Amino acid sequence: MSGHFLENALVYLGAAVLCVPFAKKLGLGSVLGFLLAGMLIGPYALGFIGEEGDDILHIAEFGVVIMLFLIGLELEPKAFWRMRKQVLGLGGWQLAATTLLFWPLGMLVLHLHWTAALALALALGMSSTALVLQNMKEQGRMNTEAGKSAFAVLLFQDIAVIPILALLPLLASNPAVATGNESGWLAGLNAWGQAALVLASIVGVVLVGRLVVGKVLQWVAATRIRELFVATALLLVVGVAVLMQAVGLSAALGAFLAGVVLANSEYRHELESDLDPFKGLLLGLFFMAVGASINFDLLQQAWLQVLLLVMGVMFLKGLVLGGIGRFYRFGTDQNLVFSFGLMQVGEFAFVLLAFIGQLGLLGDESLQLFTAVTALTMTLTPLFGLLNERLLLPRMGTREAVVEPDVPEEQHEVIIAGFGHYGSTVGRLLRANGVQSTILDYDADQVELLRKMGFKVYYGDVTRPDLLELAGAEKAKILISAIPHLETNVLLAEQINKHFPHLRFYARSRNRFDAYELMELGVQHLYRETLDTSVRMGVEVLQALGHRAHSAHRSGQDFLRYDQAAMSQLALKKRDMKAYISSVRAAIAWQEEMLLADKEHNLSAHDHSWDSEAIRRNVLGDTPTS
Amino acid sequence: MKKILVLLAHPKYEKSRANQVLIEAVSDLPGLTIRDLYELYPDFNIDVAAEQAALQTHDLVVWQHPIYWYSCPPLLKQWIDLVLEVGWAYGKGGEQLRGKSIFNAVTSGGSREVYQVDGRNRFTLRQFLAPFDQTAWLCHMRYLPPFAIQGTHRLDDTTLRAQAEAYRLRLQALQTAPEVALDEVQKLEYLNDWDL
Repeated sequence: MSGHFLENALVYLGAAVLCVPFAKKLGLGSVLGFLLAGMLIGPYALGFIGEEGDDILHIAEFGVVIMLFLIGLELEPKAFWRMRKQVLGLGGWQLAATTLLFWPLGMLVLHLHWTAALALALALGMSSTALVLQNMKEQGRMNTEAGKSAFAVLLFQDIAVIPILALLPLLASNPAVATGNESGWLAGLNAWGQAALVLASIVGVVLVGRLVVGKVLQWVAATRIRELFVATALLLVVGVAVLMQAVGLSAALGAFLAGVVLANSEYRHELESDLDPFKGLLLGLFFMAVGASINFDLLQQAWLQVLLLVMGVMFLKGLVLGGIGRFYRFGTDQNLVFSFGLMQVGEFAFVLLAFIGQLGLLGDESLQLFTAVTALTMTLTPLFGLLNERLLLPRMGTREAVVEPDVPEEQHEVIIAGFGHYGSTVGRLLRANGVQSTILDYDADQVELLRKMGFKVYYGDVTRPDLLELAGAEKAKILISAIPHLETNVLLAEQINKHFPHLRFYARSRNRFDAYELMELGVQHLYRETLDTSVRMGVEVLQALGHRAHSAHRSGQDFLRYDQAAMSQLALKKRDMKAYISSVRAAIAWQEEMLLADKEHNLSAHDHSWDSEAIRRNVLGDTPTS
Repeated sequence: MKKILVLLAHPKYEKSRANQVLIEAVSDLPGLTIRDLYELYPDFNIDVAAEQAALQTHDLVVWQHPIYWYSCPPLLKQWIDLVLEVGWAYGKGGEQLRGKSIFNAVTSGGSREVYQVDGRNRFTLRQFLAPFDQTAWLCHMRYLPPFAIQGTHRLDDTTLRAQAEAYRLRLQALQTAPEVALDEVQKLEYLNDWDL
């Protein structure tokens, strides 16, 4: 078996390593890359993994399980409470409207029984948390209105899965003949019994999680063995998953519940950071499984039906979302991003469909069909997103530039990329001194607002050379990047070096490591956002401890100068450490390096002349006096 | 030929007509370095080591500044406080500046007549500059009389330019003047009065 495992690992990893960078290069995002990789290695293309006709997603069930655990872990009750209006409003409307639309359609068009149609409608109403959040993060849209609203809708759906799973047995006309997991305890019960059992197991998991798991984790954490902590967390996930399977529910649901329970515990952040390195990989595994599970035989036989279903479902879901966006008065841009983002059917549909099949609500053929439809909608989402980005948004949304025909085109010397808290502070200071700047930003709402206020604003991806040129980079003198992300700044620095070498680049950097990275690209003006404020804080703490304000202030000034000098000194050493620069250990080694250097350098300010002690010593002949 | 270090201290140089004209007149002189203190140290955080190194590589130092309240702007005072360290410029072992010359090149709103014992300011410019004179003496430097452009508010451009030219000529002369000649110059009330 272990040989089999190694082979599988080889296939998955190999496909991912080949396809993801390729997809990224084409601007398609990592999700589509993983999906393509899955299709490639799946039973219908190269056939490396799985057998044709294999049950959906059994190929990589563990990926799904862990992913739902992670989604559960992110359902922080506080976040929910803070966003409750959006979650209930946007999410409630979305699920209700989509269900009410698909329900009658299922009865009329697909000739399903009303119970089956309702169950199917609920499943199709789900969107993909994993896919959408990943995409929004990669595009830096999490904090825009579209991102926040999408998050709210997804949060609602994720929570709604639990009552839906509990209520589904009530829809089953003849639950006693539930197919699926014959050995599950569910099999022998009637509808009400099943509903009660589902509810009871969910409540049970939540209760045990809250009362027992916290204690266990506390005990494990006290051993201070990090691996044991991770192992315990995984044990918990697998344990709940197995329990749920025994009950006759899906393992994925169990994992999701375990995540929700732990989201409320004090160990949430620790779990998240421990699992974080695997998260991307596990998500990748999940998306590959989705790709691999697309039944191409079925597609060939019923291609027209599948095509119509996929398009119909996505179109109608998008329509509902667009309507909601309209109702909540989103800007056109945000609404397009929101609607195009959430128009797919998500991973919870796999869970729900499997359960629906188990309950005998839908036949095997319909199930296969709709799981394929679900997988296809997920595959198409990044592509539609790209269409939206490239074709629709530039036409219908916020335009990249607003040209006022009457006003002669004025040329500003300064371009500011990113106009959030940081960029706006810089921009306001410049404006207060009569320096107008051209602004580039990626947030459509922000752009609209700034344009209304009379700023010259260009909208779009700041690393695109054509946008920079449009914004007047040819004639400007200085480009300010108020964007914290290293990747963006590296791209910007490269674009400047290549296309606008005359432009002086003033870059914000999150920390010393990012600054080193940019220094290597020849960026000279670097502003570490963690430096000045922390020095100022240190100075004020010295004052609070009774140090004279001026001396503390001078010491802070001296520290800044010293740190700046040490920065370039240590930049040379950094090359040796580059191999493991992003690891925690490197950061600690670095800290040590700096603390040692501090010891060598006398960190008190050179104010000898104000220090009468020094003069006394000189006058009295170098004998320290008391 | 002596190397000249002009230490310019003007907190609002961009608005100072007289100081700009003076700087423009001399900035291209060979062997002359200008250190614009308010540009270098807007936070008053003077780099003592860098300033001492600059002093060491020059023979003649000029403190160029406007007269504010009968003295120099605060950053120049800060410079004097911090850079002229005990054991370096004066005191035991403080010999680094020995043999160099120094003087003030100043601009003032009040005219030469106002700076008289019987004038409105009750003291002469030389008297007001006594602390600089003594500072130079303590640091083993030769203190030369001040070059002054006075009554700047009433000066027209032509006169100002003529004065700036005079400044340039005197700096050039100082670069090559033998020590004996400097003994004579030192006795003058103003460097402006030096007949070339």
